[in-house]
Amino acid sequence: MEHSGSTAAAGSLGDPLVELKGVNKHFGELHVLQDIDLTVRRGEVLVVIGPSGSGKSTLCRAINRLETIDDGEILIDGQRLPEEGKGLAQLRADVGMVFQSFNLFAHKTVLENVTLGPVKVRGTKTAAAKEEAMTLLERVGVANQARKMPAQLSGGQQQRVAIARALAMRPKVMLFDEPTSALDPEMINEVLDVMVQLASEGMTMVVVTHEMGFARKAAHRVVFMDAGQIVEEAEPEKFFTDPESERAQDFLSKILTH
Amino acid sequence: MDSVIEALPRFWDGFTTTLFLAVVSGVLSLVFGTILATFRVSPLKSLRIVGATIVEIGRNTPLTLVFIFFVFILPSMGYILPLGRVPAIIALTVYTSAFVCEAVRSGINSVSVGQAEAARAIGLGSTQTLSLVVLPQALRTVVPPLINVLIALTKNTSVAAGFAVVELTATGRGLARDYPADVLWMLLGVAFFYLLITIPAGTLAGYIERKVVFSR
Repeated sequence: MEHSGSTAAAGSLGDPLVELKGVNKHFGELHVLQDIDLTVRRGEVLVVIGPSGSGKSTLCRAINRLETIDDGEILIDGQRLPEEGKGLAQLRADVGMVFQSFNLFAHKTVLENVTLGPVKVRGTKTAAAKEEAMTLLERVGVANQARKMPAQLSGGQQQRVAIARALAMRPKVMLFDEPTSALDPEMINEVLDVMVQLASEGMTMVVVTHEMGFARKAAHRVVFMDAGQIVEEAEPEKFFTDPESERAQDFLSKILTH
Repeated sequence: MDSVIEALPRFWDGFTTTLFLAVVSGVLSLVFGTILATFRVSPLKSLRIVGATIVEIGRNTPLTLVFIFFVFILPSMGYILPLGRVPAIIALTVYTSAFVCEAVRSGINSVSVGQAEAARAIGLGSTQTLSLVVLPQALRTVVPPLINVLIALTKNTSVAAGFAVVELTATGRGLARDYPADVLWMLLGVAFFYLLITIPAGTLAGYIERKVVFSR
């Protein structure tokens, strides 16, 4: 697929890191992903938007195989996504994921949530993992909550811990599946700030979100999905001010008019 | 009353035997029941079928029949087990594991899918996901029903009285025969010693429950 002009600002970006080629998926009758071709380059921040049920979350979850696909292929750093087993686990360790509902391990403290992956998957020594976890918690602004249980934290704090937990694996790419959709309005910005900072540090990110402000501020490219298809790809400024497709115009008019 | 005191050493022997049966079968049932539960939630269909079959046989067969199988039928097929405690422990474990399994399985189902997804997303394998994230939460949730199962097990050890194990109930029967004037006292004594196991078990459960509680 050629999308002329859409990646002009991404000219300084690296080689392809995430590649989806002819990906199809059905949920029963529903063709939720239809021939998706998409490439995310190293260092790129890609925002996926679209109405609910458009397949954007499924797309995001397919990248680390939390959703299986019917056909097509997905490559991460040139490597084909293994179907299961050790290979898949190893690949997932390199792909950070942040969920809409945070999904912090409810029986572990904030600190343990962040150290579990490094210790059990990477084989990092506990002391070293703790030290690095504290640095990450500091970075996302919740170091003072390290000994608490997740349920004692606000939603915004929990989501920032979840970001720290993903970062602790030193991932090549971070996936965000509607990271602010479950948050109270006053907590959305504290999470977006962390994500903007991450983007500015050059992290490769795929972000499914409704936050247009974030897309404008941090994204290199916006992908608009509807009914299982990628309808339009453009730079954020171009997409928000002058969308080409009728469906994107319609969608934007509905969310931007108030 | 005097006769009860006179009979104390016999009560004590019966009590320790019952306690032994309950503790050993209890520990084995917790282990096998949890393993069975992991079978029942396995992605492999064959394991799920094996797990479901064992559970259905275990919990739908009257305990006495399970005892008869291990005490009489298995030896008649050429598998000789030492008489007494060993077949009793096997029968109690087979029976109780099925109930432990179902309690643990309900705990596993109560853990949200997101917990397992988050575990897999940081690169944990399926065994690690189960043992580090899902089971620790599941087991904490099912402490109260598990204690119910263990209390039932303690009382079920009395079935062994019919199969050559002199535990509390068999002791009580013997004492009732030897002290016909004090049958009521002897049976009250038996009940007292059962309570000596089940009431602390309930208290312990309450303590563990408070200790391991977490909120989702």
